Amino acid sequence: MTKFKKGTRQFWIPYLFLLPNVLIFALFVIIPAIQGLAMSFTDHGIFTEPKFVGFANFVELFHDEVFWITFKNTLVYSFLTVIMLVAVSLLLALLLSKSTVKFEKGFRAAFYIPSLLSMITVGIAWRFILGDEMGIINYFLRSLGGNGVPWLTDGTYAMLSVIMVTVWTYAGYYMLIFISGLQAIPGELYEAAKVDGASPWYSFRKITIPLLAPTTLVVSILATINAFKAYELITTMTKGGPGYATKFIVQQVYQVAFAEDRMGYASAMSIILMLMIGAFTVFQFAANRRGSDNE
Amino acid sequence: MNKQVKTEIGKTILVAILAILTLFPIIWVVLSSFKPQSELFQIPMSFFPRTWTLENYSESLGRGDFLLYFRNSLVVSVVSTAITVLINTMAGYALAKFVFPGRNITFTIMLATLMIPLQVIMIPIFLQLKRFGLLNTLWGIIIPPAATPTGVFLARQYMTTLPDSLIEAARMDGGGEDFIFIKVILPMSKPIVATIAIFSFMWRWNDYLWPLIVISKSRKQTIQQALAGFVGQLQINWSNLLAMTTITILPVIIVFLAFQNFFMQGVTAGAVKG
Repeated sequence: MTKFKKGTRQFWIPYLFLLPNVLIFALFVIIPAIQGLAMSFTDHGIFTEPKFVGFANFVELFHDEVFWITFKNTLVYSFLTVIMLVAVSLLLALLLSKSTVKFEKGFRAAFYIPSLLSMITVGIAWRFILGDEMGIINYFLRSLGGNGVPWLTDGTYAMLSVIMVTVWTYAGYYMLIFISGLQAIPGELYEAAKVDGASPWYSFRKITIPLLAPTTLVVSILATINAFKAYELITTMTKGGPGYATKFIVQQVYQVAFAEDRMGYASAMSIILMLMIGAFTVFQFAANRRGSDNE
Repeated sequence: MNKQVKTEIGKTILVAILAILTLFPIIWVVLSSFKPQSELFQIPMSFFPRTWTLENYSESLGRGDFLLYFRNSLVVSVVSTAITVLINTMAGYALAKFVFPGRNITFTIMLATLMIPLQVIMIPIFLQLKRFGLLNTLWGIIIPPAATPTGVFLARQYMTTLPDSLIEAARMDGGGEDFIFIKVILPMSKPIVATIAIFSFMWRWNDYLWPLIVISKSRKQTIQQALAGFVGQLQINWSNLLAMTTITILPVIIVFLAFQNFFMQGVTAGAVKG
């Protein structure tokens, strides 16, 4: 570690190394974050000067039917996506972590590949696959004698499709995180449990789950933040439809801000979104702590 | 055959089926892009094209605008990645190897910005870009997202492990601080430089929301914006769209296959230790 004395020219060297990053963070993250908060209390368009309106935006939000639909959709989507992602990626990790499977490196790569694709292309691919008349999945169901499923044209199915596709995309990514968590658990614990006559299910509940808790926390927080941010997938897969069935807060913010030119009002929505993300993160930390205290 | 071998084979088969199901959508899109338009939705469907054709590719690449979007994305990804690697390793170096007032708070604030997603601040960012005249310029997509907390974090973690004695020796020899960084520190940090570069390239290439905020003129659009635009049309030309999608996916898959290990390590280093 180098420490330069105050008052010398060298004293400024570490600050110079930090400067480009700090400048960009300040200009394009920190200042905008403060501005966003301030804007939520104003009436503000692209070409009009902001006008302070107090809590009027938030009061209006409270009565805004479309906003509540997107609010509910965001919650349902995030909640189900996170639960399924944790379950599926943990399952994949368990299957692939203890070298009981051949070609495990290749398999890990196979599950990880979808997360490399842009959500725009993922949406296009699945829209192609899930098409009512022309999609391969409905074609397959029909050739088995069944009926086609309105994957993207019925509200409930569309939401389920969006959730499933999100899980498909990210399961392999979180699987890698779970694998490294599983590998950190000492193998002797399982051997000792086995000697004591514990069943695999018992060791899973009493060893794997508690010792994996920090990893599970990381995965569920990352998955939650990602779910609340979802935007691209909807753009190409459902456009938020049918109706408002898969429209999330971020879509609504973008539309109100840039299509309807109500930036102050849209900022108020963003603040609600930020609060939701914060609340969920805190909740997960608390739940995780309580879970580990019980052990 | 003993029981253990049997469960191993059973598990391998199960995992293989899951892996094939996982990869099927991608393979299906790629194969379909080689089918002639008349065959794309023809019933009965066939997994492999009955007639292989490059028509969709020549049509997509033949339209001047698609190449333009591809070029825009390439310029943005390459230039932004170069800047990201440089400024993130600089910041990581300062935080890893110097003691100075404000060091911890700077690091903490940088990591805290991870908690503020772009989606939440896109409106004030738009106004900020407008103020700096960066709207509708590629610099607007290149510079602001170039500083990444993850990159700084990874660089700092790695550089903390480099021996101080080397830096001191270089200083004794009269090397300037910039010389030390470029000629001593960066060459010793190759693995982390590669990791940051690979992830940065992928993020920039796949990015959609940031270009969407910055770019409204069609000639400056990135490939992801263009794809989203093609899907938005009332009549989707699926044959061409699938070819363009395949072309868009290709660079990322190539980078992945070339640097697989960096990807696998990068994910766990960035997430678990974070």
